[in-house]
Amino acid sequence: MPRTIKVEIKRQSNPDAPVVIEKFEVPYRPNMNITSLLGEIACNPITADGKTTAPIAYDSNCLEEICGSCAMLINGKARMACSALVDKLQDGNPDEPITLAPLSKFPVVRDLAVDRSVLFQNLKSVKAWVPIDGTYDLGAAPRQFPQIQEERYPLSNCISCTICMEVCPQFNDSTNFVGAATIAQVKLFNMDPAGSVLKEERLRALAGDGGVQECGFAQNCVEACPKQLPLTEAISDVTREVIVQQVKDFFTR
Amino acid sequence: MAASPRIIVVGGGLAGLSSVIKIAEAGGTVDLFSIVPVKRSHSVCAQGGINAAKDLKGEGDSVLKHFDDTVYGGDFLANQTPVKNMTAQGPAIIDLLDRMGVPFNRTPEGLLDFRRFGGTLYQRTAFAGATTGQQLLYALDEQVRRHESEGKVTKYEGWEFLSAVLDDNGVCRGIVAMDLRTMETRTFPADAIIICTGGNGAIFGKSTNSVVCTGSAQSALYQQGAFYANGEFIQVHPTAIPGEDKLRLMSESARGEGGRVWVPRDRNDKRVARSIPEADRYYFLEERYPKYGNLVPRDIATREIFKIVYEDQMGIDGQPMVYLDLTHLPKERLHKLEGILEIYEKFVGDDPREVPMKIFPGVHYTMGGLWVDFNQQTNIPGVFAAGEADYSIHGANRLGANSLLSCIYGGFVAGPQALNYAKALKPATGDGGHAAELQRQKQKNNQLTSSTGTENPFKIWRELGDTMTKHATIVRYNAGLDEADAKLVELLHRYKNINLSDKSQWANTSFAFTRQLYNMLELGRVIVQGARLRDESRGAHYKPDFPNRNDEQFLKTTKAAFVDGAPSITYEDVDTSHIKPRPRVYSST
Repeated sequence: MPRTIKVEIKRQSNPDAPVVIEKFEVPYRPNMNITSLLGEIACNPITADGKTTAPIAYDSNCLEEICGSCAMLINGKARMACSALVDKLQDGNPDEPITLAPLSKFPVVRDLAVDRSVLFQNLKSVKAWVPIDGTYDLGAAPRQFPQIQEERYPLSNCISCTICMEVCPQFNDSTNFVGAATIAQVKLFNMDPAGSVLKEERLRALAGDGGVQECGFAQNCVEACPKQLPLTEAISDVTREVIVQQVKDFFTR
Repeated sequence: MAASPRIIVVGGGLAGLSSVIKIAEAGGTVDLFSIVPVKRSHSVCAQGGINAAKDLKGEGDSVLKHFDDTVYGGDFLANQTPVKNMTAQGPAIIDLLDRMGVPFNRTPEGLLDFRRFGGTLYQRTAFAGATTGQQLLYALDEQVRRHESEGKVTKYEGWEFLSAVLDDNGVCRGIVAMDLRTMETRTFPADAIIICTGGNGAIFGKSTNSVVCTGSAQSALYQQGAFYANGEFIQVHPTAIPGEDKLRLMSESARGEGGRVWVPRDRNDKRVARSIPEADRYYFLEERYPKYGNLVPRDIATREIFKIVYEDQMGIDGQPMVYLDLTHLPKERLHKLEGILEIYEKFVGDDPREVPMKIFPGVHYTMGGLWVDFNQQTNIPGVFAAGEADYSIHGANRLGANSLLSCIYGGFVAGPQALNYAKALKPATGDGGHAAELQRQKQKNNQLTSSTGTENPFKIWRELGDTMTKHATIVRYNAGLDEADAKLVELLHRYKNINLSDKSQWANTSFAFTRQLYNMLELGRVIVQGARLRDESRGAHYKPDFPNRNDEQFLKTTKAAFVDGAPSITYEDVDTSHIKPRPRVYSST
């Protein structure tokens, strides 16, 4: 008999609907990833007990781990579905079912799709942009040594997948912590020659409740980040600057 | 004159965001529609860089050389005036992106670094590692977020464009869009709209494109009366990782940094790649094209790889794959390619620093698209288009690293032009056609939800992709194209008998997909019929039965109109006012 992959998926047809687990058996092909597994279910949406069901809802777009869409819990671990390869997940245990669930710290939209717009709100509140004068031709930007670029580029690789927030024990309703991704962007823009004009405003935005002080230094973020951003380093750098800013503000404002 | 013009931009990639920024800056207000959060748009996948003739390497590069390379690379099919304008604006666009904070690679002196790309002999490509598209998209996304926080831009993320609202005179008055969460379908008024919805790789099933690149919006407008131009020109990128679910791009920058393409000289050579000595390796691109080597334009590299595999039977282990070898490169060069090396490592499992990569061509870029004039306006008044969704700039073949530039250039033209148009627009009579168009779209929705057929939309899509890939990619024969068109007609027929396994009205992704599928099928016919009628070979369009370019008959833009439910094709002269067409030969030394 051809081999199948057993999958158990936590489903919810809308935010108010009951949570159910549906099991599937999908024909095995070499080199499958979780998104192709979900595509296979869409082609043949029948559960392991032969019940016809709806295709699984999930977010995906680039399928090469650069758009940040397909974060979910795979075997309990927050990661990107496109780069989660079935052969590796099942390494040595082809009968072990793969479990899929939505990220747990964001409102479920449907099945594996969640609402992560809070990150984009956070980026607004810390003014994560360079306030250029305009898009007309104003000549070249200031020179920048390669060493600075080397430091900025890794931070600019953040794909907004929110995995760092999902795995952070401090990211919850009671702390309102902004999470590592936003703090890393503050460091990025404060390092830009023109972006640094908003440095003080960004630091103040991270000074109060939900700001850098909420970080418990669990270091889960840096371990889980699919793009290996130097997140803990960014948090400690920004925390130091926030404290300096607070002291300054205490004496001058 | 409308007091405060309202512009809708559809699509939040580089072209869409560029036009939004220009409009916001000029004091206009914009509604920005995107299927995905704009930061997740397909522009994020662009890797190698963006071209501009800044000549910072002392090579004597110039804007005119960039212009000539682009027109020549496109086999003279592009209208030359917009290409000239784009290349002239290149250096200023790079400076602007640098000012926005894009972490471009630098020289020791702190200046922008440049690398070489295909179809040119100059180092003209600015880059941020091997994730340039991501970095550019983020920079524009940040600027738009800034305008959004100032109330100039309203984002509708998670909304899908269904159609334009046209008044009795055929003038655009808004759009119909569907909320992909609540499934609400409604109209939005606008004085002008700009379509920046990218390419249509999904029509070919597997491609290097993202899931949203279906061409659905362009197809919907084509079915509403917009011309679709040069549909038959589809770029197949020479170096992609063959994959189970998609073909993952291996950037041209890998060759720009010194990567070499080869196969064993002896097809029965079973040795491990790295143990095969130089003398036993066939660097076929370098031998056949001594001047450009591995950096010949993409259409040429793709055909050579195809020939090596299928005519010469020299694919690695008899498989449709050749080596793209980076193992000889010094560390500092590999460092500039980190982003793509990681992709290969993650998805294939081998380290490309140690083992030559195995690659094969994959469908990559849509040169054709909505027909636009030099102001980026389609033939439907008030409907503009920019970026990969329009047909301008790239002609019969796009040069690497020209797409990011053309997206930003197109957006920068379309935004202000749409605003000017909107300011001069006379008010609509009655409701401007809103009620009727909404009714038409709701009817389509109802047909789908009430259909009780047996056809699975995802299976129809697979058949579509298989047919298109087989008959309408690297090598094309008229008999095969006829077969493909017949297949498309069959699939359109079967579509009527579709069965939605999910009929719910909440975040129903298969419902949205099924609507896109119909538009993919209609656009597929435009591609196939355009190719069928063009009995010549030019750029990416290659027919062994007609191996030469035929300027007399086909130095023309293909224009497809939707007439009586099928493509009706006419031709239009190409603007060759600046550079006289000449034979395109890259093999000379």
